[in-house]
Amino acid sequence: MSTYDDLSLHVRLFMKSYPFSRYAIEPTLWARLAKPLDKSRVALVTTAGLRTPDQGDFDRSDKRGDPSFREIPNTIETRLLVESHRSYSFDHEAVRSDINLAFPLDRFRELESRGVIGALNHRHFSFMGSIVGPRRLIDEMAPQVARSLAEDRVDAVFLTPV
Amino acid sequence: MCQQTVCLLQAAIERAGIATVSISLLREVTSVIKPPRALFVPFPMGYPLGAPNDAPLQHQIIAAALGLLERDDVPILEEYR
Repeated sequence: MSTYDDLSLHVRLFMKSYPFSRYAIEPTLWARLAKPLDKSRVALVTTAGLRTPDQGDFDRSDKRGDPSFREIPNTIETRLLVESHRSYSFDHEAVRSDINLAFPLDRFRELESRGVIGALNHRHFSFMGSIVGPRRLIDEMAPQVARSLAEDRVDAVFLTPV
Repeated sequence: MCQQTVCLLQAAIERAGIATVSISLLREVTSVIKPPRALFVPFPMGYPLGAPNDAPLQHQIIAAALGLLERDDVPILEEYR
């Protein structure tokens, strides 16, 4: 289990003083699943800092955190994805040995072939989650991804941190 | 900060009319930001779906999370057991 107490002292002090409540979602915003899951189009969103080999790397030097994202095509072979998240708070070897640990595309392909979900969307989205100053994420990047998912007529999104 | 980023993305996507569910590795963060549906998992940072190369476990976690999608008693922060 992860709690603040598992984190290094430096990270723990940061997390305890960070004003998370500033970003509380109130009142709760939510959408009802419009159709049964086995008829739904599903997309994945990860903050594991994944990219395809031909995409540019995330900017690990930006103090506020790089809020950009990479579109991951649904046809990608997961073993080709590159993980270059800047955080030192997690074990990179585990996710590099199996990308599905933080971006379960192969698992969702299995759910699609078993008819548990209707279909996978033609693209998914990857961010590098260490965004300490999330203003551009909130104002620009997140709405842009949300619009793209709506244009694709996605019904449900599964999100994973790392 | 991954956890906050997930929550903020989740809010934007729900605002666009799309139902979402997320995995939470840090209850302290998710319980404050309150995205509509999250499954808190008892694993270390870096292991949101439990273990690498363990498809059965990954499927169990995904199934538990997808089960929250049809619920409307939001916000939900369910614990995976």
